[in-house]
Amino acid sequence: MADIQSLTLTETMQALERKEFSEGELNLTYQKRIAKLNDKLNVYLDIQVTKTGIPAAIKDLISTKGIRTSAGSKIIENYKPPYNATVINKLIANGVSLIGKTNQDEFAMGSSGENSAYRVTKNPWDLTKVPGGSSSGSAAAVAADMCVFSLGTDTGGSIRQPASLCGVVGLKPSYGRVSRYGAIAMSSSLDQIGPITKSVEDAAKVLEWISGPDGYDSNCSNFKFQNNTPAARTNFKFQIDLKGLKVGIPKEYFGKGIDPGVEQVIKKAIKKLEELGAEIVEISLPHSEYALAVYYIIMPSEVSSNLARFDGIRYGLTRDKFGSEPKRRIMLGTYALSSGYYEAYFKKAAQVRTLIIQDFQKAFGKVDVIVGPVSPTVAWDLGKKTDDPLSMYLSDIYTVPASLAGLCGLSVPCGFSEGLPVGLHILGKQFDEATVFKVGYAYEQATQWHLKKPEIARSLEEGDNV
Amino acid sequence: MQLTSDQVKKVAKLANLPLSEDEEEKYAGQLSVVLEYINQLNKVDTKGVEPTYNVSGNENALRSDEAESCLTQADALLNGSNITNGFFVTKGVFKEE
Repeated sequence: MADIQSLTLTETMQALERKEFSEGELNLTYQKRIAKLNDKLNVYLDIQVTKTGIPAAIKDLISTKGIRTSAGSKIIENYKPPYNATVINKLIANGVSLIGKTNQDEFAMGSSGENSAYRVTKNPWDLTKVPGGSSSGSAAAVAADMCVFSLGTDTGGSIRQPASLCGVVGLKPSYGRVSRYGAIAMSSSLDQIGPITKSVEDAAKVLEWISGPDGYDSNCSNFKFQNNTPAARTNFKFQIDLKGLKVGIPKEYFGKGIDPGVEQVIKKAIKKLEELGAEIVEISLPHSEYALAVYYIIMPSEVSSNLARFDGIRYGLTRDKFGSEPKRRIMLGTYALSSGYYEAYFKKAAQVRTLIIQDFQKAFGKVDVIVGPVSPTVAWDLGKKTDDPLSMYLSDIYTVPASLAGLCGLSVPCGFSEGLPVGLHILGKQFDEATVFKVGYAYEQATQWHLKKPEIARSLEEGDNV
Repeated sequence: MQLTSDQVKKVAKLANLPLSEDEEEKYAGQLSVVLEYINQLNKVDTKGVEPTYNVSGNENALRSDEAESCLTQADALLNGSNITNGFFVTKGVFKEE
């Protein structure tokens, strides 16, 4: 049998059912790994001693009753929520235990993990590189086998981008698919909670657990993702060809700005989809070049409103305890919404957002999914972009458009460039996660990339020096 | 476009954000760079285009009008830093400070 920690969620559940090991052994295995690796990787901000259940890692942005939830910020350093987020209750109801709260960019603002007010999470593939962000610890925990799966949040790419940079599977569900109740709000018209996992099948399983209606999030859809339909079963067990499926490739996503090594890997992956029977169709998303500018009006505007609640009265400390990125975004948003600028910035951005959505609607008239890179580069050196906010913001250029349009998007490991993982971005129509999973699963089964593990994730024996 | 130090001070006041002089100077520069980037939106013709503020597709999310359990007073006060007689203590609203 393979090492316990290398098993996917699905394999772990099967092994537990066959009594190959107990829940106690399962939890102990992960506890030991965390004890050995956390000081090297800074994945967890808080570790829980679990003895039963399937150990999952939870981004610190997500409220956990009685367990410190700091959002990676000093301003709520000692905050212990008096209630669980809806997704946490749903996971617990499905036999999941919370093994720890993962490190992140403060209030989910960042693309490298370096905006954490505590420690900097390292990329398990190379400890001198960033893990991506903002769900940095959640992606690194899965990559280093320090949990069975994790939850992250994605506003403009914060699940997909770190999943890509750490070589694991990450899903941003469609806007409205998963209740955000209990997730500390960053940008309410964009935020979603989603899974980071060791396989595509696992992501579908976790989505099934956490999706569905919730009276506590009025933007949450009544449509629960059903992984148990005969169609989904067929996809995951047998069908690995993509005959009849149309894959759109946006011409704007290649060329300027993309690293040539990443481009080569992505083009190979597209070729593989073609070999699997998919028809490749070139499409155009002409307004996507404006997506980042739209995002950097709408998101900070919503941030300035959401973060107004941190006044040091009901919880937390005074506003001077915000780190520099939250301050920067509050300032930007307050400026954009202030008298005399609203029309020129916020309304203009909301109009261009409509044009971006219309681009996608036109494209999805012709194709079933849209495929491209998640990130224009592989993981970069720690410290490289910290003094240049705009260059950091540009790391999200491929993930932001889908967020603005409320689409679902999956990052699937698709190879390496300069020895670091590259993720394939599969975008689907809003609420069409089933097709995105089908393509991701077919690709995953036809390749070996998802089985590759960083050196640090290798089995640890007692006394081993990693 | 270049933000002036007076503009930065005004925005910080609106946002109730205490900034040091160093921070004011830093943000004036960094925000100007970001706004410069954002100004490319002026190239897009948006005449007659409806703005999008929400993409959930939901309208009028309603629930049945039934009482549900909620946080107890003790739980709600758990994270407050200044609690007196079961209440949060705040600054005076009508007093000049």
